Amino acid sequence: MSGSENRLRGSFTRLASWDGAVILVAVVALVVAAAAVDGFGTSNNVTFMVLDLLPIALLALPMTLIIVTGEIDLSVASTLGLTSAVMGSLWNSGMAIETIIPLCVLLGAVLGAVNGVFVTVFRLPSLAVTIGTLALFRGLALVVLGESAVADFPVVFTTWVTGTVADTAIPNVLLPLLLLAAVFTVVLHATPVGRAVFAAGAGEQAARFSGVRVDRLKFWLFVASGAVAGLAGVLWTLRYSSARADNGLGLELAVVAAVLLGGVSIFGGRGTMPGVLAGVLLLATLQNALRLEDVTNEALNIVTGALLIVSVLLPNISRSVRTAAQRRRLRRTPIPQPATPPAP
Amino acid sequence: MSTVRTRPAGSAASSSGSSGRNPLAAVLRARELGIVVALAILVAYTTIANPRFLSAQSVRDILLGASILAVLAVGQTIVIVTRNIDLSVGSVLGLTAFAVGTVVQDNPGLPLPFALLLGMAIGGVCGMVNAVLVRYGQVPALVVTLGTLYMFRGVTYLWAGGQQITADELPRSFLSFANETLLGVPWLVLIALLVTVAAGVLLRNYRVGRELYAMGSNPEAAMLAGISVGRNLLGAFTVSGALAGLAGVLFAIRFGTIDAAAGTGDELEVVAAAVVGGVAVFGGSGTVWGAALGALLLTVIGNSLAVLDINQFWQNAIVGALILFAIGVDRLVAARTARALKKRNSHVR
Repeated sequence: MSGSENRLRGSFTRLASWDGAVILVAVVALVVAAAAVDGFGTSNNVTFMVLDLLPIALLALPMTLIIVTGEIDLSVASTLGLTSAVMGSLWNSGMAIETIIPLCVLLGAVLGAVNGVFVTVFRLPSLAVTIGTLALFRGLALVVLGESAVADFPVVFTTWVTGTVADTAIPNVLLPLLLLAAVFTVVLHATPVGRAVFAAGAGEQAARFSGVRVDRLKFWLFVASGAVAGLAGVLWTLRYSSARADNGLGLELAVVAAVLLGGVSIFGGRGTMPGVLAGVLLLATLQNALRLEDVTNEALNIVTGALLIVSVLLPNISRSVRTAAQRRRLRRTPIPQPATPPAP
Repeated sequence: MSTVRTRPAGSAASSSGSSGRNPLAAVLRARELGIVVALAILVAYTTIANPRFLSAQSVRDILLGASILAVLAVGQTIVIVTRNIDLSVGSVLGLTAFAVGTVVQDNPGLPLPFALLLGMAIGGVCGMVNAVLVRYGQVPALVVTLGTLYMFRGVTYLWAGGQQITADELPRSFLSFANETLLGVPWLVLIALLVTVAAGVLLRNYRVGRELYAMGSNPEAAMLAGISVGRNLLGAFTVSGALAGLAGVLFAIRFGTIDAAAGTGDELEVVAAAVVGGVAVFGGSGTVWGAALGALLLTVIGNSLAVLDINQFWQNAIVGALILFAIGVDRLVAARTARALKKRNSHVR
């Protein structure tokens, strides 16, 4: 009886927790934007919004798992750029696009494996490693393609990426995104791998002692991150029909911001995939709506930054307020003994 | 003494503490020596290939560029040794460069030291925002400074809009400071040296400096040892912000053209300079000398590629490889030192 009550209360606290709040805020923002902002609800705009949030949403999926294990991957945007550059130069060399695309995803996986080896075999901090590969991969992208751009990708592919399903407003790219999001959500929340991810983030030693192969897990997470970044690079290239070495420049910080906004702890061990997806959606909605209201792109930076800080600050404040209230309550409850205060 | 021994490697105290009898050995063992050797080889090679590399103009270019990066790297080091990070420095640089540029533009008679102090004050306030959020909000530094990276940049864009300050709108006296020298050394370089020496002495010889290292080595132990962790954190972030502000003024003096994008993306280059200079990203070890040398090395690499006529696009890739190499070597040395210390300690007992 009390067990089920506890469980009920547990689910309520979960809803009241940050990721619940982010989901709520994202939905409210969507509704308000649709009602109040002219042109937000049009099918054209919805398509554009999804296309805009696509790269960040894709990169945020593996990033969530990596941050929950207590690591970080800052090289994702450079991996995206290098894949895009290689895609352009392979296309220039006359290779068929059907071969290029899987090759690019594979290239992403290999680049991720490089990060994985540095982190798990040489045991270097991922923050430093991926700052290094951020520069390295972006540099290689410039070496591959220089400052030129490749633009003449087959129209069938570029129109598919920017197109919609039949006559609806649903963009084609939403399908692979939803599929991947579902896969990552299930992996994180419903499989032994996901439990290992949380365990490794909560306490690496303890996880290792309970039989989690932490290094192998982290290695494959970096590989997954690289592969998804490779896919994002392909989609980015096709969307703008332009392979450039500086594609996705600086995107890594936006991805990390979205993940943290979604309630993932930067110290690892805590976070949910629905929260992260809501974080991505919230950022995209705000940006899109404010842009329609003619707020400049750069001023949006302030909103993004403030949201990011508030997302961690608010739960902290509410926790300390709760603790203080609890302490006050405890102080007010009469202590059964001693019955009389000891005489001085 | 035992506290010094248990520190893995790298900090000035551990290298001088464990080999106090032989100063030469201490110098040879110092992490900074590796960077100096790399610098010497690079400069020698480039000069042999193209003697113009050591022409007065080219040397001046390198030193001015390195000065700005070094000032940022010194501030970053002070934060990183406490096991924190300040990603907002590029945005603080942009904000102060534009703010001071605007003020100087409106008041051409403003004395230069005042402009420098104004920049440090603006940067210091930005740093204090970070500090308060980290200290009182209990928000991780990575999150706070990632957030303020966006916010400070956004404020600059809101303020500047599309406009930029060009060199001919700034007073002569302000811009000519970039060319003025003392005994043949440009003032910008002297300022960077002064900052590095002051921070180096502070971290190496003063109580508060040692406390910063202690906080980075083991935050809980530092707290239990009675170090006022909170106060030191406030100080470290404020100093980092103030130095980023100073770098912003130096940027305005050197380039003369300032728009809202000034310093975009600098944060990662600054962290790279510190890491190449042997500052461990998880705190507790590394020196500002190393970070400043790292800044110089990164600048020299950029310029020597241009002189050697190597595809400039290689620069990023080389810097990336260098970071990986540097942290790999540090890791190796730390592991060996730890093994050696264990051996020696067990032998004594």
